[in-house]
Amino acid sequence: MSFAPLLLEIKNLHVHYAVYGGRLKVLDGVDFHMRTGEKVGLVGETGCGKTTMMKAILRVLPMPPAQIPQGEIYFNGRDIRKMSGNDLQRVRGRGISMIFQDPTAALNPVFSVGEQLGAVIQYSAERGKALSHQEIHQRAIAALQEVALADPERLLRSYPSQLSGGMRQRVCIGMALATHPQLLIADEPGTSLDVTIQDQVLRLLRTLVAEKDTSVILITHSLGIVREMTDRVYVMYAGDIVEVAVTPNLFANPLHPYTQGLISTVPRLTGGGIASGIPGRIPNYLTPPTGCRFHPRCPHVMDICRAEKPPAYRVDDDHEVACFLYRTENRV
Amino acid sequence: MAEEVSTHRGSVASITPEQIKEMERASRRENLGRNWYKFSRNPLSVIGVVTVILLILLATLAPLVAPFPKHAGPFTDFAHAKLPPEWGHLFGTDQIGRDVLSRIIFGLRSSLLMGVVVLALVVPPGVLLGLLAGYFQGMWIEAVIMRITDIFLAVPPLILALAVASVLEPNLWNGMLAVSLMWWPWYTRLVYGLAVALRNEYFVSAAEVTGASTAHILFREILPNTVSPILTKMSLDVAWVIIIGSMLSFVGLGVQPPEPSLGTMIADGARYLPDQWWIAIFPALAIVVVVLGFNLLGDGVRDMFAAQET
Amino acid sequence: MSLLNFLVRRIIYSVFVLLGLSIVIFLIARVMPGDPARMAVGARAPQWVVDRLREQMHLNQPLVVQYGYWLSDAVRGDFGLSLITQRPVTTDIKEFLPASLELVFFSGLLSAVGGIGLGIVSARYKDTWIDNVVRVFSYFGIVTPSFVFAILFILLFGFTLNWLPIIGRVHEQTAVPPLVTGAITVDALLAGQFGTFFDALRHLLLPAISLAMGSIAQEARITRSSMADNLSKDYIASARALGIPERVVMGRFLLKPSLIPTVSILGLDIASTLSVAFLVELIFNWPGLARYGMNAMLHKDLNAISAVILVLGAAFVTVNIIVDIIVAQLDPRIRLSATRSA
Repeated sequence: MSFAPLLLEIKNLHVHYAVYGGRLKVLDGVDFHMRTGEKVGLVGETGCGKTTMMKAILRVLPMPPAQIPQGEIYFNGRDIRKMSGNDLQRVRGRGISMIFQDPTAALNPVFSVGEQLGAVIQYSAERGKALSHQEIHQRAIAALQEVALADPERLLRSYPSQLSGGMRQRVCIGMALATHPQLLIADEPGTSLDVTIQDQVLRLLRTLVAEKDTSVILITHSLGIVREMTDRVYVMYAGDIVEVAVTPNLFANPLHPYTQGLISTVPRLTGGGIASGIPGRIPNYLTPPTGCRFHPRCPHVMDICRAEKPPAYRVDDDHEVACFLYRTENRV
Repeated sequence: MAEEVSTHRGSVASITPEQIKEMERASRRENLGRNWYKFSRNPLSVIGVVTVILLILLATLAPLVAPFPKHAGPFTDFAHAKLPPEWGHLFGTDQIGRDVLSRIIFGLRSSLLMGVVVLALVVPPGVLLGLLAGYFQGMWIEAVIMRITDIFLAVPPLILALAVASVLEPNLWNGMLAVSLMWWPWYTRLVYGLAVALRNEYFVSAAEVTGASTAHILFREILPNTVSPILTKMSLDVAWVIIIGSMLSFVGLGVQPPEPSLGTMIADGARYLPDQWWIAIFPALAIVVVVLGFNLLGDGVRDMFAAQET
Repeated sequence: MSLLNFLVRRIIYSVFVLLGLSIVIFLIARVMPGDPARMAVGARAPQWVVDRLREQMHLNQPLVVQYGYWLSDAVRGDFGLSLITQRPVTTDIKEFLPASLELVFFSGLLSAVGGIGLGIVSARYKDTWIDNVVRVFSYFGIVTPSFVFAILFILLFGFTLNWLPIIGRVHEQTAVPPLVTGAITVDALLAGQFGTFFDALRHLLLPAISLAMGSIAQEARITRSSMADNLSKDYIASARALGIPERVVMGRFLLKPSLIPTVSILGLDIASTLSVAFLVELIFNWPGLARYGMNAMLHKDLNAISAVILVLGAAFVTVNIIVDIIVAQLDPRIRLSATRSA
């Protein structure tokens, strides 16, 4: 798998938000890459910049207030940030599509499911091949059936406000997959749903991407889901990638103090006791901590952590960590 | 504010009533300071305040600042009629030789008075009815109050105000009365909506179960939480009331000559367009300035309260 | 069927509101100091004429009974005689209403096209000089009363530039088309008199713009801010992310939700133009219902005043119903909740 071609590569991406009173430096030089067919997890606490990063890839961040002072985003070898409107539109949908975090917000309240799904299908058709109404309708039905929604005919005529949360989530997944994307970004699918429905939705998603062999970036703050569904994991903290590893390695041997903390917060059935967790909370982005952004919460904090930002060190073939505890290793 | 204080009250047992009062005063002072800080951030709001203060000063000090105070009354000087703007008469003189600037300054008085008096007449009953209807939602009180409100809201206030003013003796006070009769429903509806939402809040239920009187719940629990929208609406409404007042006097149903008002001045001056344009145009611009000032002020108040909620 | 249900409920409710309004009008008319009968026949008529008229007008009976008589006449379209014109008020209304409707309709059209257009341009070029010009224009449009606009436009376009006529509906020498609807523009088109049509349009322009300025400004402001709000919504990001072209995202998926507040306010604005028309028709000597009503008020012509207010109230209520229907068409959430509660 590691010989598959690079699908997505992000180099030194910075995203700032201009707000009253300054700039929020939400992403501060992020590197990321994945190969075709990979299922990559992206974990971190709420507000650490995961969604911002994904929206930046698709250039759908609201600008202003967001701005991207520097960074390159290569998709199939081409920098998305330098693409023309037409090229960008061809990448969106058929190249990369995205399931948004909150299905209620991601569906337009004043258009029926059919109108929204139909538009997605219509414009993601191969270039120069206009679909007839009949074809669009059939594909829309198929898309809804694929996500195990009953009575698709009626559903197409329904408006988002008439659907349950679980149905909306399925519609969003169906819409994102209806474009037959090379890369699917799933932003915390099912978080807004109750646990059993979330579980169903995730199982469905896993089956679908396995069937189609779609590459996936799965954003989540749930390590259980990551463990089940991904090959490799990026761990983010406050806008920085702090650790990357193939999934089994990360769980067997978490290196970064933040990752260690994250894993220890997962309640275990054996072993007893309450998870220790990580004291403190994500810093504000207006005046982020100097050096390593995690240092105020880090149990192993050293002087250098306050002064310098740790680079990524390669610990193993597929394991990198941005922490001075591993200074002896190779710099990436 | 009330919540902050009540948490203090809950957590510190050995606090005296005097200390609570002092804490309430301190928090009120702090709120005032913070509100003014937010308000003054926007230069437009500050322009609004300054304009309004200047207008109020001009109106109250009219006899001192107007170049020709006598021209505000029954004064004629046909020798100096229809003079174009010049040094002696910055805004020119009207068809019977009165200084337009002086009359504008005096005309501000009735405009501002209109705004203040109408709101003073309208807000208390409007708010009270809204509180009652909202708190007694589902009972006959609500039905009666809100259906009557709907009737008044079924016609634009200007038409009914014109009608009422026309059947009464035309003068400033009856004009105010006419506008007031048509304006209260807007406050009733506003407060009704707020009260309906607030009556289900825990602090209202808490007051109910501890046996607080209806008056206490309405005025001490619900009312304080409706103050910011009411103030916002009031500050924006001043401008509309002034416009409606000027419309009444424009058609002759408000302030009667020779007493100056901006509306009548425009109506009179319109007959001398285009040659003696200044007779109508300067009062017209004066209205725009007055309304603009109050509007900027009102927008500032609205933004200030909106910022408070986030 | 469910929309029909909603509509029927809405209309029934409006009838009750109008009934309430008629009570208010009746009370206003009776509050007036002075004897309506004496007012009707004039100061010099002998007392026995007044007495007989009082009897005819049921003025010697209790207020409730008087209201009953008044209402039953009004429902049959009988509002009595007008003091000014000495004709049945209903005849006057039939004559003057079309001119007002023509004016208000045209001004509504200007508000909708101008306001929404400016709002879209402003949102499209947000934070550029174009946006700033539109915003400053909106601010002044909102704070300037329509009669001030009327005066300024008369001076500027009527006198100084001499572009547009400032009085009446058509030029004196223009051939007036045969009366069909009463709206000269429509009648001229029906009769194929295009010269008359354009002349009527020229005459309409200044009063209609004076009336529309405030609501153009208001619409522009609301359209701009609601588009700006919605632009940062996830459903727009999602539509873009799924490969829908920018023009479709903007022209369809952003525009429709953004127009909902605009249309609601537009309806209120058009309805309140009915009241502002009172001044504008007076200034431009536009022979419409509002000018008629204004004259009735200035002459204390109670029958005419009551009828005009009731007609305008009905128009106001009708416009609101139409707006509700349009908004319900645009917004499924309202449509669905309305039919669910029905």
